[in-house]
Amino acid sequence: MSNHAPAAVAAADHHRDDAGARLGMWLFLFTELILFGGLFIVYAVYRFQHTEEFHLAARELDTFVGTVNTIILLTSSLTVALSINAIRGGKKILSAVFVSLTVLFALAFLANKFFEWSHKFEHGIYPGSPELINKPGGEILYFALYFVMTGLHALHVIIGMVILLVMLTMILRGSINQSSYVRLEAGGLYWHLVDVIWIFLFPLFYLLH
Amino acid sequence: MGSPVQPHGQSEAHGASNAKLVLIWCGLLALTGLTVALSGIDLGRWIVLSALSIATVKTLLVVNVFMHLKYEERVFRIFVIVATLTLAIFIALTFFDYAFH
Repeated sequence: MSNHAPAAVAAADHHRDDAGARLGMWLFLFTELILFGGLFIVYAVYRFQHTEEFHLAARELDTFVGTVNTIILLTSSLTVALSINAIRGGKKILSAVFVSLTVLFALAFLANKFFEWSHKFEHGIYPGSPELINKPGGEILYFALYFVMTGLHALHVIIGMVILLVMLTMILRGSINQSSYVRLEAGGLYWHLVDVIWIFLFPLFYLLH
Repeated sequence: MGSPVQPHGQSEAHGASNAKLVLIWCGLLALTGLTVALSGIDLGRWIVLSALSIATVKTLLVVNVFMHLKYEERVFRIFVIVATLTLAIFIALTFFDYAFH
């Protein structure tokens, strides 16, 4: 303890509580858990009421596209975790590269989602469409939940992407660095939450057919 | 809690090594493959249980390793358990209400 670098001692004098900052981020994530949790409850009840129709409606989704997006998000979670390890090891450029990759994966996810939704719209499947109104009630509910839940999730992907771009700027400017990177950790936590939500959305909408 | 060279209050979670992160990522991809493969088999009503179990395992991997939960102080785990239990109570009460309506 006696051989602290002067900078480290100065940092110790300045009040900092990184664990507290991370705990605050976790508390925020719990509000997100309740937000999506409410929708998962609605899904569960309607699935229970309309099991057969939910099965049929799920066949209209492309499992391949869903699987590709799952792989993209899981990989983006890896790159953001690697970026934290990189900055911790003092590798600024490597950290910036990993955050940039994460943003690119987010864009790829959104592009897939865009084409997937466009495809549905072309086939007349969008909220309130004449085609959808004529389907059985359970299928209408399924697609309403599909658009609301994946839409809210996509909104989170967009927000996460903006947060990661801010983190990238901070890394490049040096305000996120080897001795101070709790903001990157918080941004990473948000990004992982987006991944976790998708881990449940993927089987519930794409695989239960 | 922290290593002796870290001044008080700074980030001190040790986290996983790069190799471990990549290993967990491989595990997540394998579980994704498994859940997709199982969806092609007619498991009847077990399909929901198997899909949700695999999703839960994937979530535990992400939360513990990628989100560093297992390297954090104990209070983090207590918070996560309380939040998850709260959601579980919401779900249980909703279904009780629904079942006995």
